[in-house]
Amino acid sequence: MDILTWTYIIVGATFALYIGIAIWARAGSTKEFYVAGGGVSPLANGMATAADWMSAASFISMAGLISFMGYDGSVYLMGWTGGYVLLALLLAPYLRKFGKFTVPDFVGDRYYSQTARLVAVVAALFVSFTYVAGQMRGVGIVFSRFLEVDINTGVVIGMIIVLFYAVLGGMKGITYTQVAQYCVLIFAYMVPAIFISLQLTGNPIPQLGFGGTVADGTPLLDKLDGLLTELGFTAYTNGSKGMMDVLFITAALMVGTAGLPHVIVRFFTVPRVKDARKSAGFALVFIAILYTTAPAIGAFGIYNMINTLNEKPVAEMPQWVENWGKTKLITIEDKNGDGLVQYRKDAAVNEVTIDKDIMVLANPEIAQLPNWVIALVAAGGLAAALSTAAGLLLVISTAISRDLLKNALMPQITEKKELMAARIAAAVAVTIAGYFGINPPGFVAQVVAFAFGLAAASFFPIIIMGIFSKRMNKEGAITGMIVGLAFTLTYIIYYKFVNPTATKDDWWFGISPEGIGTLGMLLNFAVSFLVSRFTPPPPQDVQDLVEDIRIPRGAGEATHH
Amino acid sequence: MSNKSPQQYWKRNIRLVLILMAIWALVSFGFGIVLAEPLNAIKIGGFKLGFWFAQQGSIYVFVLLIFYYVWKMNQLDKEFNVDEQ
Repeated sequence: MDILTWTYIIVGATFALYIGIAIWARAGSTKEFYVAGGGVSPLANGMATAADWMSAASFISMAGLISFMGYDGSVYLMGWTGGYVLLALLLAPYLRKFGKFTVPDFVGDRYYSQTARLVAVVAALFVSFTYVAGQMRGVGIVFSRFLEVDINTGVVIGMIIVLFYAVLGGMKGITYTQVAQYCVLIFAYMVPAIFISLQLTGNPIPQLGFGGTVADGTPLLDKLDGLLTELGFTAYTNGSKGMMDVLFITAALMVGTAGLPHVIVRFFTVPRVKDARKSAGFALVFIAILYTTAPAIGAFGIYNMINTLNEKPVAEMPQWVENWGKTKLITIEDKNGDGLVQYRKDAAVNEVTIDKDIMVLANPEIAQLPNWVIALVAAGGLAAALSTAAGLLLVISTAISRDLLKNALMPQITEKKELMAARIAAAVAVTIAGYFGINPPGFVAQVVAFAFGLAAASFFPIIIMGIFSKRMNKEGAITGMIVGLAFTLTYIIYYKFVNPTATKDDWWFGISPEGIGTLGMLLNFAVSFLVSRFTPPPPQDVQDLVEDIRIPRGAGEATHH
Repeated sequence: MSNKSPQQYWKRNIRLVLILMAIWALVSFGFGIVLAEPLNAIKIGGFKLGFWFAQQGSIYVFVLLIFYYVWKMNQLDKEFNVDEQ
């Protein structure tokens, strides 16, 4: 069977599975809609968190990004996994004990202030919307590349699927679909990786093959360092970013991960505090399987690419170069007319232009794997994009129906109406996300990266201090959040949009806009600490609340008050 | 104040978290970034050690840290009689 038939069969089967799960897991109450009734096992929640977390970017782009960045790519690997340690040790157990449904709920109650709640709602909406638009775009790209439909049709199909199970099942439907999506995406990621590792290094485990030796007995990484230096690039295992910048970007991604509302909310769905701790551990295990494989794929990919293309006759390129040339992911232009391909750092003589996404998308073809494996990669990419999109849509609809309607504008609303409002909000959100997926504003991709810095500079410090400092009051938290956000946003806007030609030397302490969220976070901590010392302490009942969330006993299920 | 008080429980918890966070920072920011260059002189299999910590080792340590924390906290909860039934 050809690739297209296989793709229709496998993608069709996975979609049928997701819809079947959604019908089985319909939500009947707001509690089921917001937190899946609070009865999800830590293992299932860990898997769902992993699928929620790993987006189209993790699945499709990350390995390719690393293969062209080498050591510098470590910022993503450490940054997007290290945040789970912060979540498990500093946030998840206490927020679970607190026992409400959302992050703005916690901020509003802990800082006894509607203003704080509203700032949190706005920040949650902003972060989630920028993120979800990128996901819908990812769905469109996978559809257009593998199923040969128009990108826009792809986005619409994706919207309908997400709409169906997010609106019907809420958190409950999403959680169980995400478990299925995790299985699909990890299987699709690992199969080609194992084959390629075996072909190159003789070791079936990519994490070990990464440090293994190639056919002539030299270690793969040494060989790669040599090849790249010869072609004018930096050695694979050395970086070209400044150390300060690497530190700050890594920290911003770690802290940002721990501050993302769609990740935090997942820990409200388990029955007990100890399940929240354990499920953060499971989540990281499931994420680590992909994140330790990605750098191996990156190294195998660039090694394979250089060996298949460099100094080889233009007329005898392998089939995959032609296949992916059609989508413009790879172009070859024989500039010096010698009939051979030259891959070089120097743009004047380099003859290969290659898109980073090709490292994952074309991997099975480069390794000459069977057609069903190629179809599997398409299903995996879709699973990754859809699961993240659904998790984000839930945060958006909850922010509107619960944080805005129920807790601020119309507290008298009945549960039935609140549930209806949540469903309508999810439907509206998916439509807006779809619109941005079809008409992506040029800044979406950049903004997604900065969502981490903004989450790091706003949410993380005030949640941490809300738990670990009884003395922290609303004056401190609100000023801190505003100063952190304003500083980070200004720095990003200045260096990315007003003065984009600025170089390393212009940045403060050599910190790029990607890493500035870390400084914003430190500023937030410092400002809120200072302001809180000069303003009255929080009322007694709030101090009691802080005492209470520190002790696991009596968590019960996530409830209304 | 008895030594089974909530204050004592909280103190023990903070101490555990601080130790684990120190290891967390050491393997990522320390071994993976600041000390990566000197560590790269050491080779384990086909890996330079600093590079390995940045792209593999730190992630394995993160996983171990969380499960150790889970195990230790479950013990602590029982010891102070604050665990969930």
